[in-house]
Amino acid sequence: MTGATGYNFAYLDEQTKRMIRRAILKAVAIPGYQVPFGSREMPLPYGWGTGGIQVTAAVIGPDDRLKVIDQGADDTTNAVSIRRFFARTAGVATTERTTEATVIQTRHRIPETPLVEGQILVYQVPIPEPLRWLEPRETETRKMHALADYGAMHVKLYEDIARFGRIATTYDYPVLVNGRYLMRPSPIPKFDNPKMHMNPALQLFGAGREKRIYAVPPYTAVKSLDFEDHPFEVQRWDQACAICGSADSFLDEVVTDDRGGRMYVCSDTDHCTSQQTRKEAAE
Amino acid sequence: MTTADTLLPGLPDPVIDSQRVFRVVLDAMARPGTLVDLPLSLKVPAPLDPATAAVALALADVDTRLWLDGAVGADAVRAYLRFHCGCPLTEGPAAADFAIVVDPQAMPPLAAFNAGSDEFPDSSTTVIVQVPTLDGGEPWTFTGPGIRDRVRLAVAGLPPAFRGWVAENHAGFPRGVDLIFTSGTRLAALPRSARLEG
Amino acid sequence: MYVAVKGGETAIDNAHRLMAEERRGDPAVPELGLDQIMEQLGLAVDRVMTEGSIHDRELAALAIKQAQGDLVEAIFLLRAYRTTLPRFGGSEPIDTAAMAIRRRISAAFKDLPGGQVLGPTYDYTHRLLDFALAAGAEPEAAVRAGHPLAERMPRVADVLGQEGLIERNPPGNDEPPGDLTRQPLSLPAGRDLRLQNLARGDEGFLLALAYSSQRGYGNTHPFAGEIRLGAVAVEFVPEELGFPIEIGEITVTECQMVNQFKGSKEVPAQFTRGYGLSFGQSERKAMAMALVDRSLRAGELGEEAANPSQDEEFVLAHSDNVEASGFVQHLKLPHYVDFQSELELIRRLRAATPDRETAE
Repeated sequence: MTGATGYNFAYLDEQTKRMIRRAILKAVAIPGYQVPFGSREMPLPYGWGTGGIQVTAAVIGPDDRLKVIDQGADDTTNAVSIRRFFARTAGVATTERTTEATVIQTRHRIPETPLVEGQILVYQVPIPEPLRWLEPRETETRKMHALADYGAMHVKLYEDIARFGRIATTYDYPVLVNGRYLMRPSPIPKFDNPKMHMNPALQLFGAGREKRIYAVPPYTAVKSLDFEDHPFEVQRWDQACAICGSADSFLDEVVTDDRGGRMYVCSDTDHCTSQQTRKEAAE
Repeated sequence: MTTADTLLPGLPDPVIDSQRVFRVVLDAMARPGTLVDLPLSLKVPAPLDPATAAVALALADVDTRLWLDGAVGADAVRAYLRFHCGCPLTEGPAAADFAIVVDPQAMPPLAAFNAGSDEFPDSSTTVIVQVPTLDGGEPWTFTGPGIRDRVRLAVAGLPPAFRGWVAENHAGFPRGVDLIFTSGTRLAALPRSARLEG
Repeated sequence: MYVAVKGGETAIDNAHRLMAEERRGDPAVPELGLDQIMEQLGLAVDRVMTEGSIHDRELAALAIKQAQGDLVEAIFLLRAYRTTLPRFGGSEPIDTAAMAIRRRISAAFKDLPGGQVLGPTYDYTHRLLDFALAAGAEPEAAVRAGHPLAERMPRVADVLGQEGLIERNPPGNDEPPGDLTRQPLSLPAGRDLRLQNLARGDEGFLLALAYSSQRGYGNTHPFAGEIRLGAVAVEFVPEELGFPIEIGEITVTECQMVNQFKGSKEVPAQFTRGYGLSFGQSERKAMAMALVDRSLRAGELGEEAANPSQDEEFVLAHSDNVEASGFVQHLKLPHYVDFQSELELIRRLRAATPDRETAE
């Protein structure tokens, strides 16, 4: 069952997979809580998706179809590299279509196409601790989570409002899961935050270097922190995608010349392609 | 004494079958109260049901302490689990990472198992409770993460106090044990996050 | 029509090929053999084995060759390989008192049983570039001592211990030592995990921390009680035998720092210990490790712990160069989406407040 000779299915040995699987089950049972796990040294560098890769390796099987995206795109170098890793070590089928995938590993985006029941979204997480910039000590933040003492985060967001007139956090925007745990959604733009709420898919988060796994089960409340007088809002663009014409997707700004020329295109390449196909079919 | 010769085999393909079993357990844990089917057939020593044994084989190993209730304590079962999982057995339910109950009527209250701490709620016991059937008992309704609206679960063969234990277990969130009910080749999970509504 | 940039498998493959070409360099120059690296770059091999957590000179040499001499990259290669190795169990503790000594010095006693053994060292070389070496001159043969070294050389810490002047080794428990490569670190860490972390830790990081502790950021009043280098036997107890068998010999450097301690309410004045151990000959590493180990014991000894080298969480969380290197360099990965979010915010903030800079 091996793709690359000499290594086990999906690279990790069985004992490691079991350890990760046990951590994932506990993570699902305690939504938003970061489960410590014995993260292994992977053949890819820390910070480059080792947490997501370990979660995917523990979850994936021969019946799965894997999609890997980075910044919403299937063809960025790191996404290509990770997809190849699994094609090689697990011989697993891959796809670029969100609708065809059973497991989607992502860095920094949630696909535009709504996910469905049975799909698993695996996030690569650099820093899992939402309170880290407020309190660098793990011993302290652990206590804060135990007591659900999240006042410091509210103060920080409120200071933003006092200073800038708005909350100046645009990505990795903190959320409260199931009304209990403060959670970092990984550096997705806050544009994607609402997609986490009551999502039919299972969302798993892996932080390899920091050795933490956490989860949001399907149909779970995920609330972006806000205030009554400053409700949470997402980014909007005045433009539509220059390629597919999408007006409601997250757009990347592309610099076209050195005289201020800009164009905007979908960050989600699969969404952009399917929108184009739909548009062409309609014409 | 049971020797390796008389032992029943474990999962036919340990790598792929462990993954398949894990995925149904994950699916069950992510959708509390939903019945899922074991994706393989397995010959297991009595009194274990295939689903009970499969969960243990897929998840327990030398790094996890296993507690078995009196009814499961047959030598054949101990030898089977020790051989295939390599897991140390523990006498105290509070020290267990996994517990297997095959006689729920005689089981200790859920509070006797490890509920974890507020700092490390993940260190709690996962209790596998084998029951006669998963859909013939008194229906209980649950809400919570993983449940779209509400879900009804009608596990049979549980002691009368069990309902109270489940409510109590949830009330201690984030501390608490997580339950996996098994019967024949089916299973359903009830993580501590599930709230008993009625 | 705009076409989005594709990273593409071809680009990645070609980048790897280019890299391999660069590594090989001018094909007219003979290729480095692993034996040459093992024999002639032995200290690099030692460092890679120590921080890579595998004692295997040939694998370390391969890693160094493959990494083009980038030792942190070589350490990473070795660590990633290590993950895939099955684990048979733990060896018995090595006995450094029974070491076959090649070098042994004490800065605390002028002479001691077994004597000072200078051994191979750069310590007293004049750091003059040796152009004869560039010309390929054969080294002069060293004159061996006329008599063999003492069979047993007591460790300085043990000598002090006989008089009760140094603390007993901090009480351990009977639990087998933890293993950071299998369990995530939980704080506060026991000394077993701290020492494992430091042994795997980046030499440069530990060196800087140790240095800071000598410059007033948490003085530990250290004396190099003893540094010894030599071969020790590694023993293993196979389950089926039940008694230890020798499975090989490894060379290690051990440093016992002896530190002044004025005592506390509970404990009389005595010397305390800091411990360092590394594979092969890595004295800088072993000494830095011993200083940081002692610094990290500040809390346990009731000393004020206000400096970086005394801060367990700070030190242990940042000592690993495989983690650090990966995370620092991950900034090379695309961050288009986050940057786009920030761009939009900055424009909005500026639009909301017609500010000073743009007004000029």
